[in-house]
Amino acid sequence: MSAPPARPAASVELRQERDIAAARIAVSKAMDAMGARALRKTRFVTAVSEIARNALDHGGGGVIEIHRLERPLRIMIRCRDEGPGIADIDRAMTDGFSTARSMGKGLGGARRLVEAFRIESRPGVGTTIEMEARP
Amino acid sequence: MTVAPTTEVSRLLREDFDSVLDAWFATQKREGVRRPDLFSDRESRRQLADLLRAFSEALARIDLDAPVDIEAEIWSDLRLALSEITLVRTERGVAPWEMTAFVLALKQPVFEMLQKRLTGTPEQLLQEAANFGRIVDAFAMHINEYFIAERDEIIERQRAEMMELSTPVVQLWERVLTIPLIGTLDSMRAQEVMENLLNAIVEHSAEVVIVDITGVRVVDTQVAQHLLRTAAAVRLMGAEAIISGISPKIAQTMVELGVDVGEVTTRPTIRAALDEAFRRVGFRIGRVEDTRV
Repeated sequence: MSAPPARPAASVELRQERDIAAARIAVSKAMDAMGARALRKTRFVTAVSEIARNALDHGGGGVIEIHRLERPLRIMIRCRDEGPGIADIDRAMTDGFSTARSMGKGLGGARRLVEAFRIESRPGVGTTIEMEARP
Repeated sequence: MTVAPTTEVSRLLREDFDSVLDAWFATQKREGVRRPDLFSDRESRRQLADLLRAFSEALARIDLDAPVDIEAEIWSDLRLALSEITLVRTERGVAPWEMTAFVLALKQPVFEMLQKRLTGTPEQLLQEAANFGRIVDAFAMHINEYFIAERDEIIERQRAEMMELSTPVVQLWERVLTIPLIGTLDSMRAQEVMENLLNAIVEHSAEVVIVDITGVRVVDTQVAQHLLRTAAAVRLMGAEAIISGISPKIAQTMVELGVDVGEVTTRPTIRAALDEAFRRVGFRIGRVEDTRV
């Protein structure tokens, strides 16, 4: 994973379901501040919603940091959890794979909605996902 | 000789209760936290007297070697008095910081009075002042916690109220219902929506149900799944669901996510959905002939 940029512009703890909405709102605000286009915002915020839910449901909660990157201007979020980790990332990213009773499209869908997607997971340590998009 | 650390404060409160009360009152006045606009002098003084009495009684029995534990039984009368006064004052619009300052204003006059009483024993003065300050601080913090707890409770209550409000099922026409969804469709709300909707179908013998998501900003896979499940349940009840209010942004996003709505009917606007609903129940909206002369 890339070196962490300076302090995040905002961060949201993910402890319960309503925190996912808080994360969406925070990212939405950050993108508004960057003058983001409506469609890009909807796409990115939806992707954030997916990975936040993933961190909550499978990682037992976590934290989302929101960063503003310059040159070119981008929004970047980093979502960390200290859950059991994902044993087979390739499989987890495949549509239709679900360990819960969900659609199994969350991670793969999130990746398709953003411009850069990085995932790192170590069993027993946790999972970190970074996503980036232009505003 | 061992000095019980707040003997002098206790004695002061016992012997000179009214002067302490007056001085406390005066300090509040000086610091502008008395709020004469909200409370008469008599009322304010009665509040202070209640607090001071409870404080004085607890102080006489406290063990000062132990850390100050506001939750301990010994402070229960004071906690009660404090909660009541905080409630009364905040109901009339007193801010949290004012309430904290209201309590902290007790420190200075007591320090000054102690100083006069203990001029000959600076060590005791220091110790008593420190202990007394510690207790008053603990109560100021207790007030803050009280406010935070109160606020959390309000937020939780509003959330619950909003949830109730936000899932109204409305009958649009014979056999046509709509449920406008607004905000976040989390699992709990999705469950509510489903229940309300299915009950309303029975109640109104509905054949078409318009689930309008114009007010839902994000449709992620979970929201989509909730919507599709709701549509499936509606179908099991013998009715049809139409999902309306899917904006172009949301449509594009749903495609990227890989969400397939299958056979569920969708419409971009509630108007288009209503048109479709009327068609299905055999009605048509038409312009009335102009009968004006």
